[in-house]
Amino acid sequence: MSDETAAAEEAEAVAEEAAVDLRFGAVVSKSHGDVVLHASVETYLEVCSEARADGFDQLIDLTAVDYLTYAGERALPGGLTPERFEVVTSLINHVRRERIRIRTQVSADEPTIPSLFDLWPGSEYLEREAFDMFGITFSDHPDMSRVLMPEDWVGHPLRKDYAVGAIPVQFKAASNER
Amino acid sequence: MTITDETPETVDGAARVRQRGDDAAVLRLSEAQAAAIGTDATTPDDDERVLLNMGPSHPSTHGVLRLMLEMEGETVIRSKPVVGYLHTGMEKQAEQLTFLQGCTNVTRMDYASPFFTELAFSLATEKLLDIEVPERAVWIRMLMSELNRISSHLLFMATNGMDLGAVSMMIYGWREREEVLRFFEKVTGLRMNHNYIRPGGVAADLPDGWKGEIEALLELLPPRLEEYDVLMTGQPIWRERLQGVGTLNTDEALALSATGPILRSTGYAWDLRRDQPYLAYDEVDFDVIVGTYGDCYDRYAIRLNEIRESMRIVEQILDKMPLGDYRVQDKKVTPPPRIRIDQSMEALIHHFKIFTEGFKVPEGEAYACVESPRGELGIYMVSDGSSTPYRMHVRGPSFINVQTMPHLMRESLIADAVAIISSVDPIMGEVDR
Repeated sequence: MSDETAAAEEAEAVAEEAAVDLRFGAVVSKSHGDVVLHASVETYLEVCSEARADGFDQLIDLTAVDYLTYAGERALPGGLTPERFEVVTSLINHVRRERIRIRTQVSADEPTIPSLFDLWPGSEYLEREAFDMFGITFSDHPDMSRVLMPEDWVGHPLRKDYAVGAIPVQFKAASNER
Repeated sequence: MTITDETPETVDGAARVRQRGDDAAVLRLSEAQAAAIGTDATTPDDDERVLLNMGPSHPSTHGVLRLMLEMEGETVIRSKPVVGYLHTGMEKQAEQLTFLQGCTNVTRMDYASPFFTELAFSLATEKLLDIEVPERAVWIRMLMSELNRISSHLLFMATNGMDLGAVSMMIYGWREREEVLRFFEKVTGLRMNHNYIRPGGVAADLPDGWKGEIEALLELLPPRLEEYDVLMTGQPIWRERLQGVGTLNTDEALALSATGPILRSTGYAWDLRRDQPYLAYDEVDFDVIVGTYGDCYDRYAIRLNEIRESMRIVEQILDKMPLGDYRVQDKKVTPPPRIRIDQSMEALIHHFKIFTEGFKVPEGEAYACVESPRGELGIYMVSDGSSTPYRMHVRGPSFINVQTMPHLMRESLIADAVAIISSVDPIMGEVDR
């Protein structure tokens, strides 16, 4: 817990310096009219629990993005370091009719992030899908198994270094050494 | 029930749902573990629980849904939906296709309501492009969506009837749906997989005489719906079969991320068309239908009455349909009119460029959602400034609603499991993508 509070304090300090808005301890930005919160693996669970306590009663969507081959610039507000993976969580507050999206940076070396199963059990399948497609592990998930691909499948299809274009095609004829 | 200012208490629901997961509803068992139980000669004893496989090829599993059921006699104790049999990597495929081709891809996901995925895809792209489509395009989109909701719910009526033994209902449902699809064919050229709603507007204007066609449709449907009422709604066998079966309450539905008729059947009035209006839904008048008990009967009744509400909306669209262009005149995203291609070299090049290279979409990420017949259908799109999406994720309502099944089926008879699968109305093309 002390780690999390330290990380939260650090985020606050960074935010003050950069003069950006904070919500639930995460930096806020706007994207095409949507409210986007930026979190790191350390602050993720805390941001989500605070959002939950603030009345965001339903987890509407959870997915991941692999930014390995992203051509554009990836400047994140509040001095956050862009990582290869990003877990994108959409929450909804039915009373205020409000939506927020939490973008969490997940490093390629250790693609692990806490599961939201305890807050919203509906995250079960969505997290399984993100695990299946991106190989991101959600710790404390009750059943971290593949959901769409066969159980014995090797690799994670939606990673940018998987399959399409991953295996170089040899257009020259193979040398005949027989 | 209307939403009050109080924060709905879902902590209990979440706790209950979680707790149930361990021993009372959700079966978490891998294929290998399940297979081991099957070959183990010492199990099962007479009074022990038996693991039963249902599907993927079963007449009442709506395509290729497979269920692992843990049975005690005839009672389902725990269950696990096994999905993925139709997985074709459509999200990966979307990364190879341009934004213009994208609609042909996503329209194949929820094949019973293709306009909604096209619409969500187009709305997300337009959000990134920051363009506004003309009035007429907005209203055409709304018209097609509502007609599609009717055809999709009619399909539900048919399959639900079939699953529960009202076999003539199956024929009736398909018959009425065909009338709606005939109109789609006239407008888009295809009965399904239309690729009609595209970023920037729609593919073509409505054909001559479309109003007459719809008026005829609106005249044809109400007496048929009354027939359904006679055949099913008030019928004792039908009620007996559905009432009190597969119940869920509001906080459980919220905790399980359920949307659409499943959430509304618990008495929670949440409909994106009313609560977060898109297109021009704030300019039409309609009611959000809710249930009371959250059972299979409520889900059936909601869908039947949503057909009536959609017809109300379609009637208003008939009166309010504005004149004007059916697609945005932004040369970046819209090809030149067909006639110009014969007259001008530049127009030909322009046309060629848009259909080969596609148009570039500015960097950024956006989420757009619509109320599909099955719940919230959202598309999360990331663009890196090229002409194909960098990432496209679909929040398929069917996929997420499937996780309510074990909770609906707990402690119910296996015969009721069939009714429950049917009332969740999953479209496997969208579940597996």
